[in-house]
Amino acid sequence: MANVFEDAGRRTLNELDYVGSLNIQLWLTLRAMKSALPLVGNRYRWQSTVRQMLQIGYDALPMVSIIAVCTGFILAMQGASELRRFGALHYVIDLVAVGFTRELGPLLTAIAVSGRSGSAFAAEIGTMKVTEELDSLRVMALEPIEFLLAPKYLAALISIPCLTIISNSFGIIAGGLFMFFSTRLAPLLYLRYAMESIALRDVITGLIKSLAFATIIAHVGCLEGFRVRGGPDAVGRSTTSAVVKSTFLVIVADAIFTAIFYFTVSS
Amino acid sequence: MSIISIRDLVVEYDGRLVLDGLNLDIEPGETMVLLGGSGSGKSTLLRQIIGLERPKSGSVVVKGVDITRCSPGELTKVRHSIGVAFQSAALFNSLSVKDNVALPLREHTRLAPSIIDLMVWMKLAVVGLGDFGTLLPQELSGGMKKRGAVARALALDPEILVLDEPSAGLDPIVAAELDELILLLKEAFHMTVIVVTHEMPSAFRIADRIAMLHKGIFISVGTKNEIKASQDPRVRHFIDRIPEELANATAVAAHFEKYLHSQETHQ
Repeated sequence: MANVFEDAGRRTLNELDYVGSLNIQLWLTLRAMKSALPLVGNRYRWQSTVRQMLQIGYDALPMVSIIAVCTGFILAMQGASELRRFGALHYVIDLVAVGFTRELGPLLTAIAVSGRSGSAFAAEIGTMKVTEELDSLRVMALEPIEFLLAPKYLAALISIPCLTIISNSFGIIAGGLFMFFSTRLAPLLYLRYAMESIALRDVITGLIKSLAFATIIAHVGCLEGFRVRGGPDAVGRSTTSAVVKSTFLVIVADAIFTAIFYFTVSS
Repeated sequence: MSIISIRDLVVEYDGRLVLDGLNLDIEPGETMVLLGGSGSGKSTLLRQIIGLERPKSGSVVVKGVDITRCSPGELTKVRHSIGVAFQSAALFNSLSVKDNVALPLREHTRLAPSIIDLMVWMKLAVVGLGDFGTLLPQELSGGMKKRGAVARALALDPEILVLDEPSAGLDPIVAAELDELILLLKEAFHMTVIVVTHEMPSAFRIADRIAMLHKGIFISVGTKNEIKASQDPRVRHFIDRIPEELANATAVAAHFEKYLHSQETHQ
């Protein structure tokens, strides 16, 4: 029995330690962010930020677009099969447009980026730790948080909302294609209805979510890399852990944000 | 006045004593070799000297600054005067050898790119890698990687050069070439050189003084002739390659009995 409590206590302490480390890392990164900005920061750091933006954003574009198109179709078809029975097929437009802008766009993008870039951050930093490259940075008076994390975080903060907007657009376009083939609704008319159903607030809440998801993905990925101990197998474990933890936290954060936005609209 | 002064240095890992009250003074311009077997604590001592870890107690004063207690700003300043080449070379795999050497110059100086290029070429030429600057670290042999790491350590013309196991894993000819390089650097740049090694021929070739570590304490500190003449059995064992503990049948039987006893207790 004592072992059960001991184990529970140890796990709780480990989780608290993890959350504490995430917070400290976030604080240190925010302090170091200035160096990654263009014009006022260090130009090598900004160049690194641009490289990261291309990797996180541009390289993920085909994957995010295809996921959005497929999900847009799925949502439209599933919605249509139920709504058709009530003669409310036109509500598919609202379902797809609002569903994507508020929820699916940010969430699908975050899950795709978490799998691609969160794991890459953990693998890159973890390998650098194992091969003493992080120590090497420190002895050259270069702080890994400023040198590695700040450009990645800034790049994620810029790229992920951009990808979210693109994902929203592709999802809505997929809904339009479905409506065109199933009801012969003209694309321009579909677009007009879709725009009418989306409020500015929906777009803003979706983008706020995507900023929070960017923070989670960048920081969990990097923290997993910094916490690597041991050899190459530990790097593999940290990569898996980065994807699992960031996906889990993204969904939890999504639920919290959705609840906040739902209750603030209702009240 | 000593350039590095270590006083009563105690280091513990998880309650296990690794360094036990070390005292050592390193004079400007001398080559100090930290000699010792595996697990003697020499790499731990090196990490203390370059400020990568903090001790449990004691002090490490480098150029008048106690780096165990100083502010991050002071530590950064001290680190500008120390060049470190790690055992694994720790060159950044994503950068060419040339860019690895240029990194500290780009980050810590305001020199024009053309001057940086010239300085990088000079450093690479000194270590015999003048024609290999454009290669990536993974395209170099073990000895070339180590020389690349030395070139990077020399980038900011440090007063103190620290080399961790420079000859480990190299064939005798390449190891001898590195020894000659260390002697050349000392003569050309009048640096204080600290070398961690367990290779006796290398230590006797390059050292002005040798500090011999055994189980976390200095058992002998002196010139190479004093060390060679030492009658301390632990020093003699190391120099004459005499194993301390041989596996014998009695010891194996005792271990086996202990194991059986522990199994019975568990059951």
